[in-house]
Amino acid sequence: MDSLILRTATRLIVALMLIFSLFLLWRGHNLPGGGFIGSLVAATAFALYAMACGPAAVRAALRVDPRLIASVGLLIAMVAGVLAVFAGDPFLTGLWSKPEIGGAVLPLGTPLLFDIGVYLTVLGAVLSIMLALEERED
Amino acid sequence: MTGPAASEAPAGHGSGTTALRWLAPVLPLALFLALLTLLPAITGGQTVRVAWSWVPSLDVQLSFYVDGLSLLFALLITGIGTFIFLYAGTYLHGHPRLARFYLYLTLFMASMLGLVLADNLITLFVFWELTTVSSYLLIGFDCEKAEARRNALQALLVTGIGGLAMLAGFILLGTAAGSFELSEINADGAAIREHALYLPILALVLAGAFTKSAQFPFHFWLPNAMAAPTPVSAYLHSATMVKAGIYLMARVHPTLGGTDWWMWTLLLFGAVTAVWASLMAVRQTDLKLMLAHTTVMALGTLTMFLGAEVKIGIAAAVTFILVHSLYKASMFLVVGIIDHETGTREVDRLGGLRKAMPITFLAAAAAGFSMAGFPPFLGFIGKELKYEGALAITHAPVFMTAAALAANALMVAVAATVVFRPFLGQRTETPRAAHEAPWSMWIGPAVLATLGLVFGMAPGIVGVRLVEPTVEAILYRPEDVSLKLWHGINLPLMLSVLTVLLGLAAFRWRKPLAGGLNWLVRVLPTTGDRAYDATLAGMMAFATWQSGVLQNGRQRRYLLVVVATFVLAVGGTLVVFDGVAWPTNWSVPLYAWGVLALILAGTAGTILTRSRLGAVTALGAVGTGSAVLFLMYGAPDVAMTQLMVETLVVVIVALVLPHLPGLASRGHSGRFGRWRDCVVAIGAGTVVALLVLAVTTVPLDRDLTTFFEQASVPEAFGRNIVNVILVDFRAIDTFGEVAVVAIAGLASYALVKSARRRRGAK
Repeated sequence: MDSLILRTATRLIVALMLIFSLFLLWRGHNLPGGGFIGSLVAATAFALYAMACGPAAVRAALRVDPRLIASVGLLIAMVAGVLAVFAGDPFLTGLWSKPEIGGAVLPLGTPLLFDIGVYLTVLGAVLSIMLALEERED
Repeated sequence: MTGPAASEAPAGHGSGTTALRWLAPVLPLALFLALLTLLPAITGGQTVRVAWSWVPSLDVQLSFYVDGLSLLFALLITGIGTFIFLYAGTYLHGHPRLARFYLYLTLFMASMLGLVLADNLITLFVFWELTTVSSYLLIGFDCEKAEARRNALQALLVTGIGGLAMLAGFILLGTAAGSFELSEINADGAAIREHALYLPILALVLAGAFTKSAQFPFHFWLPNAMAAPTPVSAYLHSATMVKAGIYLMARVHPTLGGTDWWMWTLLLFGAVTAVWASLMAVRQTDLKLMLAHTTVMALGTLTMFLGAEVKIGIAAAVTFILVHSLYKASMFLVVGIIDHETGTREVDRLGGLRKAMPITFLAAAAAGFSMAGFPPFLGFIGKELKYEGALAITHAPVFMTAAALAANALMVAVAATVVFRPFLGQRTETPRAAHEAPWSMWIGPAVLATLGLVFGMAPGIVGVRLVEPTVEAILYRPEDVSLKLWHGINLPLMLSVLTVLLGLAAFRWRKPLAGGLNWLVRVLPTTGDRAYDATLAGMMAFATWQSGVLQNGRQRRYLLVVVATFVLAVGGTLVVFDGVAWPTNWSVPLYAWGVLALILAGTAGTILTRSRLGAVTALGAVGTGSAVLFLMYGAPDVAMTQLMVETLVVVIVALVLPHLPGLASRGHSGRFGRWRDCVVAIGAGTVVALLVLAVTTVPLDRDLTTFFEQASVPEAFGRNIVNVILVDFRAIDTFGEVAVVAIAGLASYALVKSARRRRGAK
């Protein structure tokens, strides 16, 4: 689909959607959102980008093969679980650290790391399927 | 499945396997000596128990228990094992897979030891299955031969199915007794015998024991297991595999034994097995097969006597376990030597070997006399005890005595055949020129057969020390057992004389006897082996038919089967349990009607449109309507996910569309198909609607909700319960799901790419 309007609008919308997807990932622990929803938003953004500029542009923007993204995501999710094992807890127990930065408490924990893993896995898997299908038409 | 790998061929001749040949027997020998140190304590009436917590959440313990019974078996396993390990090193010398053979054999020995020493029922079952698996590997060791593979699989399936039945029996037994420790269950056996579940427990446990110990009608796998290398056969048949079922029956005797059901079942199955197997043994011409059938006979005899409740019957069984292990291991190893040195096991091609192989001949003769039950061998004591036990038994003593007499007489004939035919008479031409085997091969049969003589002349060595504690363990009460060679002139002695006369007559006229039996087997409508083949073929045919029906490769058929199954299963359950309920409150806000209208319009559009794109878009509208419903009822996460998924599905399907034929084209359902799909679809919708209505009439159980509401912030530091559940409380589920997503992504990628390559190649 070659449309100047779509391409121009896509630049802006895709950027906003990707930021929104990270925002969803970040706030998911306390408010509606989370890694899964965030990754779906990101996948939709890339789907839009692919429609406007073609799958090759998406691959160039991603820089890495989506299959690698999925694999790394799965690895991160696993590491998030294994960290607890090293700490002597059962697999996937949440570990938390709450450093104070400038008076504000920043809660960091392995569930966030796990959610990032989920985000990357789902994003990579959906993009693998989508790009493979789009490239069929070449 | 094992297969000959190219890389391992040179390793077989290396110095590593030479060292292995001499090192391997050290392990069973060391275990034997270690176990022997327990003997004084066990003879003194003590027992030893050790336990570790294994699966604490299921209350499964890794616990072991040594009493007379388990020690007898453990000593046989390791003692005979020592000679088997030594023998195998020479028998399979230079075999490219010798190292692997020792691995399997050691695994098997360890499994057997675990089995006879286990106290916990689950521990016992695990080791039981390990013997099944490792014996499968051993029987199929010559995996280049189709026969070896087939017979290994047969042994695995027959004993495996029995093992599963046994597991069910164990679970019932453990639940009924309130403990999975055999030592505790046996302490209160009467409670189980009066329990309502006694008969199912008995049937299931005996199914395990009968398949493993090759009782009629499951006897056929054992002679077929002869496909294994001879040392393995010797081991499986004398001290291990097939004795596991005997051990199990002896082990549960204090709990399950002593009832009429127990006695009659064991008596009948044992007697039929013993007589039938000894008849089958006489008609064989292959020495190894002949011995294999006598093993089945021995197992039948043991089962028969374990049915007894009187001391003398159990003493007969225990003594015969010892007698049989010693002479059967010797006999098999002797046949292995004959095979190894002459190149044949066919009885008609052998003769006059006594000059060439004097030591082997002496070992064979000693084992043969014990097998035939001649004084002063231990076999004689065993046979006297059998007649005494059969006459003393409360149930059908005449029948039992007759069965024992017939089986024993045929044993005399088989023993005479195995000893006289190859070694005496005229020297025959054999494929290889025979000479005496190396010491590492004859030492086993020589020592074991000599023990049969020593124990026979001085029965006190084993009587009080080993047989008595074993009898006490089986009957679970103190008993006095003394083995004596000379009992005076009495009925058992008369029967012994009669046995020998009948046996020699059967040996003299074995040719016409074998001819008659061969005719009988031919005219039988079925045998166990043929029934096994027919069952297996039937199951394969059924699987082929079923796969053809269910897996025809069309997405439409899969969906139809899945949805129709759901409708019948869930709808049927709703109707049967009277779960259909109507809501009392029909007041719905006005905007909900709007959402409903959107969903209905989308549905109508999906059904009516002739274009795929239209159908997908209309379906997207249905999904969006559902998302709005989620939003209205306070589930923003679910609504958001639903919206994103709908969007992506439309995008992905739109990408596939150009490659698909139109809706009305080839492969469409047709008129009948459309009506069928319509009925199934409406059925699915109706069932789901009824299900939701039924759920809403039940008061909501808020236990979980309350738990997560209360635990979410203090334990997981998150206020969004849905996400906290996903990434913390149930993170392992999520982990499994994302793994599935990743694999699905990779698989779809491969599928799409390979389809394009195939198209490009055309």
